[in-house]
Amino acid sequence: MSDQADSTQIESGPKMDQSGKSLFAQLELDMRLMGMVGAFIAIALTFNFFTDGRFITPRNTFNLTVQTVSVAIMATGMVFVIVTRHIDLSVGAVLAIASAMGAMMQARWLPQAIGLEYGNPMIAPLAILTCLAVGTLIGAFNGWLIGYQGIPAFIVTLGGLLIWRFVGWYVTDGQTIAPLDQNFLVLGGAEGTIGATLSWIICALAVAGAVFALYNARKAKKNHGFPTKPLWAEFAVGGLIVAVIIGYVGTLNAYDIPTGKLRRLFEARGEVLPDGYTEAYGLPISVLVLIVVAIAMTMVAKKTRLGKYIFATGGNPDAAELSGINTKLLTVKIFALMGFLCGLSAVIASARLSVHSNDIGTLDELRVIAAAVIGGTALSGGIGTIHGAILGALIMQSLQSGMAMVGVDAPLQNIVVGSVLVFAVWIDIQYRKRLGIKA
Amino acid sequence: MAENMGKNPNTGTPLVELKDISIAFGGVKAVDHVSIDLYPGEVVGLLGHNGAGKSTLIKCLSGAYQKDAGEVVINGEHAEIRNTRDARRYNVETIYQTLALADNLDAASNLFLGRELVTPLGFVDEPAMEAETRKIMGRLNPNFKKFKVPVSALSGGQRQSVAIARAVYFNAKILIMDEPTAALGPHETQMVAELIEELKAQGLGIFLIEHDIHNVMRLCDRAMVMKNGQKVGTVNVNEVTDEDILGMIIMGKKPPQAY
Repeated sequence: MSDQADSTQIESGPKMDQSGKSLFAQLELDMRLMGMVGAFIAIALTFNFFTDGRFITPRNTFNLTVQTVSVAIMATGMVFVIVTRHIDLSVGAVLAIASAMGAMMQARWLPQAIGLEYGNPMIAPLAILTCLAVGTLIGAFNGWLIGYQGIPAFIVTLGGLLIWRFVGWYVTDGQTIAPLDQNFLVLGGAEGTIGATLSWIICALAVAGAVFALYNARKAKKNHGFPTKPLWAEFAVGGLIVAVIIGYVGTLNAYDIPTGKLRRLFEARGEVLPDGYTEAYGLPISVLVLIVVAIAMTMVAKKTRLGKYIFATGGNPDAAELSGINTKLLTVKIFALMGFLCGLSAVIASARLSVHSNDIGTLDELRVIAAAVIGGTALSGGIGTIHGAILGALIMQSLQSGMAMVGVDAPLQNIVVGSVLVFAVWIDIQYRKRLGIKA
Repeated sequence: MAENMGKNPNTGTPLVELKDISIAFGGVKAVDHVSIDLYPGEVVGLLGHNGAGKSTLIKCLSGAYQKDAGEVVINGEHAEIRNTRDARRYNVETIYQTLALADNLDAASNLFLGRELVTPLGFVDEPAMEAETRKIMGRLNPNFKKFKVPVSALSGGQRQSVAIARAVYFNAKILIMDEPTAALGPHETQMVAELIEELKAQGLGIFLIEHDIHNVMRLCDRAMVMKNGQKVGTVNVNEVTDEDILGMIIMGKKPPQAY
């Protein structure tokens, strides 16, 4: 039994020797990740067909990613929550109260109580800090109730789902809060993009970073004398990653800012728009925020003690406790992190909508949980990835906006999304059964 | 020899003294004023029916439970053990009956759980952990090759060797083994027996919770029997027969050699 499967994560069949390994095994690609990517591509192609080519366009790629950011950011935090066998039903409500406090800060309290004038550069940072602090504090409080007081996470956050949105209602008197600060709106998406040149620079940095990471991982394995995959496989995986990065940035850079908007931008600067002048949007700042969050959360999951403890606790809470891990404090940290990410999503969601309204983030808890679960996070704990959750969020958003573009009725949209969630989990269970992985 | 019958044959400072330990759960006295000591290079068996209190007693030493009364003395000095981290600081390592492995993680992650090796930047050093794991597993179980898979994919014996490696790697002085061979086949049981002999020779003290009377007679130097939370007695294993020990376990009958 112990003479094989040394270098592969997944045994694709009994008694396979090195030379008989399947192509996927040699590439050491995560099969379920490949499955999700395949599903995403299939969805995109299908909608592209039914919308006469309007789905896979620079414009829709831009919109799709901008719409996904808020849910995707929260989904990365939900991975840790679900991996430790908890759940957070309050993320939409926490987003709402954080958004309410941030909006009140910039539109009411700072201008009226402190007297900061509209457009003061201090307003946006203070509003963002408010959102982050509110989210983190509520998350930490939830974590304390769950970890130290022993109330099930389901109950604490079900209560939170009812509580926090309506605390937000009282904070704003139920009013829609506008206008939000100009510098704050930059984080929303279309109002804050970095242009083509800077996008290409970031693209180059990302490519260099990916290649460097792959090289380093291989060197570390070699140094310790561990088996490595063949060089051609290394290049194939690296090439794929580089192609995706360049493809995405290239697509966004092909999306030009509409002429009317450009003219207004020039007029605001007291200039006249030259004839035939075009400018691309480039990467939205909100997407850059998501990328930073994704990298940071992946580092936490894979490279830090906190991440190790999260996955160990999810796999066997008793073992974690007996190993000297403070699982109560760990619960507080996980929920505080979840709350922080809700605060961050509140910034991006309210900036995208350019107002705070009391229904912001309604049903987000379901979207976020669905994204994490479609992305392969097991509700039984111990299993889940950050990139999976983000891809899950992207798949959910693609389905939703694709159906809207095709003209599917809203009720049917929900029926389809719900069915896809159940179907995705069923596929996952079948897949794990076939490989004999206990979930 | 004859005048030493029925006495603790060890001299010097014990590694561990559990003095007059009591612990109760909701009025039930799980452990009732029990004392036992352990010397370097010695295996002391803890015997008794299920629910006799032997696991509970030992959890006061491993830090999983807090005793209500009594004292733990390690190397002649009072030891304050409030949790498993404290116990590890005193070089007390435990191999639990359940093994306490996180099934979703690989061998290296389990071996270093709670004590990860980190790089100067504070990140977990996976390659170093795997290298160390390969080293120690090469010593304990040279057939072990599954370093990359979650431990849920391992056989009972392989899982056991991961749990043992975890205890041995961190220079345990005092080892607690809770039925280490209960789930193992004959070959793997033999492997554990040899390991116990080797650790003994290195001067470790081992508390062995064991139900199999043959393993007790073969592996233990002394045996302490508990019944209903109370100590029946301690015997030097080479001075008694297995019937004597069974009598203590089943009927609480104390033979004349017991002390």
